[in-house]
Amino acid sequence: MVVLDNVPSFALVLAVGVLFATGVYLLLERSLTRVLLGFVLVGNGANLALLVAGGRAGAAPILGAADPAVQISDPLAQAMVLTSIVITLALTAFVLAMAYRSWQLNGHDEVQDDDEDRRIARLAARNEAVWTDVDAAETGETLDEEAAEVHDDIEESLATSAPAASAAGEASAGAAGAAEGGDRP
Amino acid sequence: MWSAATLLPLPVLVPLFAAGLTLALHRHPRAQRVIAVTALAVVVATAAVLVGLADRGPVVAVIGDWQVPVGIDLVADRLSALMLLVSGVVLLCVLLYSMAQGGADGSDDVEVVGDGDRATDAAGDADLAERRDVLPVAIFHPTFLVLAAGVANAFLAGDLFNLYVGFEILLAASYVLLTLGGTGDRIRAGSVYVVVALVSSVVFLMAVGLAYSATGTVNLAQLAERLPDVDPAVRLGIQLLLLLGFGIKAAIFPLSAWLPDSYPTAPAPVTAVFAGLLTKVGVYAVIRTQTLLFPAGGAGNGRVDEVLMVLALLTMLVGILGAVAQDDIKRLLSFTLVSHIGYMIFGVALAGSASTAAAIFYVVHHITVQTALFLVVGLIERRGGTTSLDRLGGLARVAPGLAILFFVPAMNLAGIPPLSGFLGKVGLLEAGVRNGSGLAWVLVAGSVLTSLLTLYALVKAWNKAFWQEAPPEVVASSARVPLGMALPAAALVGVGLALTVFAGPIYGYAQRAADSLTDGHTYQQAVRDDGGLPPGDDVAGADE
Repeated sequence: MVVLDNVPSFALVLAVGVLFATGVYLLLERSLTRVLLGFVLVGNGANLALLVAGGRAGAAPILGAADPAVQISDPLAQAMVLTSIVITLALTAFVLAMAYRSWQLNGHDEVQDDDEDRRIARLAARNEAVWTDVDAAETGETLDEEAAEVHDDIEESLATSAPAASAAGEASAGAAGAAEGGDRP
Repeated sequence: MWSAATLLPLPVLVPLFAAGLTLALHRHPRAQRVIAVTALAVVVATAAVLVGLADRGPVVAVIGDWQVPVGIDLVADRLSALMLLVSGVVLLCVLLYSMAQGGADGSDDVEVVGDGDRATDAAGDADLAERRDVLPVAIFHPTFLVLAAGVANAFLAGDLFNLYVGFEILLAASYVLLTLGGTGDRIRAGSVYVVVALVSSVVFLMAVGLAYSATGTVNLAQLAERLPDVDPAVRLGIQLLLLLGFGIKAAIFPLSAWLPDSYPTAPAPVTAVFAGLLTKVGVYAVIRTQTLLFPAGGAGNGRVDEVLMVLALLTMLVGILGAVAQDDIKRLLSFTLVSHIGYMIFGVALAGSASTAAAIFYVVHHITVQTALFLVVGLIERRGGTTSLDRLGGLARVAPGLAILFFVPAMNLAGIPPLSGFLGKVGLLEAGVRNGSGLAWVLVAGSVLTSLLTLYALVKAWNKAFWQEAPPEVVASSARVPLGMALPAAALVGVGLALTVFAGPIYGYAQRAADSLTDGHTYQQAVRDDGGLPPGDDVAGADE
């Protein structure tokens, strides 16, 4: 196969595939430890892929030491793999610590639902609307009803030419809505 | 021998060394502070000099005299230098803010663990007091400096792998900062954040591997030369993998769900620096790779641009609709952060010099303003005791200074003329209109709508936090905002205003940066001259 000309061996490519497949499966788990194992597998898959990218294996890449007839292997890819192995190691240590902390705090290391999920789930369980009108929550009537009331008040006050009733503060805000709100009821 | 190139490693090395020093000096908080502030001040000064130097042409430093295809090079062109300067200023302000916060909490050792924790479950209070003593919070300064080094490394990286390393440095530091103190809330938010970031890193690493195997190099300038000869399908694969990796880091819509959940739980200064910088490093990487490696007009590139445009639109709209629905000011701001990433991606997707310039200006504006807003929210939380909009109120009367500090960047973010947010948006809209395609028009409409909704969301926050009748706790509260915290926040707000006042020169700089980016040859030429890249080499390493 032409494609595999630069590849050390087909087995390595296959190994990358298997590592990724199992790793992704584990990443989708809920438990942080399994996620970590998944990350280790996927990370090693990526490292191996970098190594494969370096081309065929050859003599040790030491200047002057290698037999000029034998091609040396690519040192750059190996340097990169080395770096990324170190990074993977550090992150593995961190996630382990985090999983342990999670276990300390919660008695398990499962990744929990985020705030929004929990909020929606709570509302769904109580069968409530996601959003409640702040005004309605305070006075027990909706903005439309309030606006209609203000509208009536204003009409009344115009008729009797007495100053508008109590809610002077809300009146200005409500009056704008009164035009549309007042017609409906 | 002194040359401009000597300066280049400083923004990476100085914070790293300082991080080591502060870690060693963890028993001497005062020395830690001095070192940390000095290190970041050096970064800012270096970046300022680099901004000037890069205007004459990209500065290239070859590390350890290993010639470019093998060795590592750091490159500061206008875009990098500008980003470096802005991030340095922001990092310094946040550092000063966090120090004042630590001081105000009455102990040097508990630095940032203060506020956020108090807001968490009351159940943890006794536990917390006990834990405070044993917490290794002296790690805040070292970690913060490592973050600074990572950000600088990512901006200066001249090759794809070094960019990956820069990302890993800053992400590793961000994991620690996000889970600082290890409270239940932060561990919960941290697990999601860490896992998502890990996956994005692996995706990025795979892209690096693919690029290396296809072209035999990871050097950006050399990649730009060799990628056009690569099979279009392979090239598209590399491009999409890179975009996927950066897209997760930059929180572009379908990949953005992690952000609003994880950022708000962190302490205020940490959230501020994350919101300001981390996603922008992702955006920077998108701009860099899209303009240099996959320039407009390249085969198959148009298709990706259209995908990017659709994603930009969705990012804007979904993000801002999320913000409108929030009743916690930190979460609200996190959603606006996601939403405004859409503007920058829009600028990148239009793939012209004018739109890239607008995107760069917008990035600079957004880093400053978003960080300033989060810092001010930290002050609000300190004064009002909460960030929940339903329980805040009356702050305009109780703390008028705070109101001004919030109002200015909020209006700036919403894009009220004549502030810098407006100028950036106008630039983007102009580029969109000039592009003239149907999709670009839809995006123009989408951006205007997003801008309006941002205004709505922020005015809602303003009304509730500042004008709503003050709840008794807020009135009774004797909490004062320490001047040491208010000053850095005010300074950042001031920087945001300076962006408006000096918008002409800065926009001009962004325009020149965009010109050399879309031209592409300046970068390659500089690396070829200073980095010893053999001219017009046609040997693909992988074929050897």
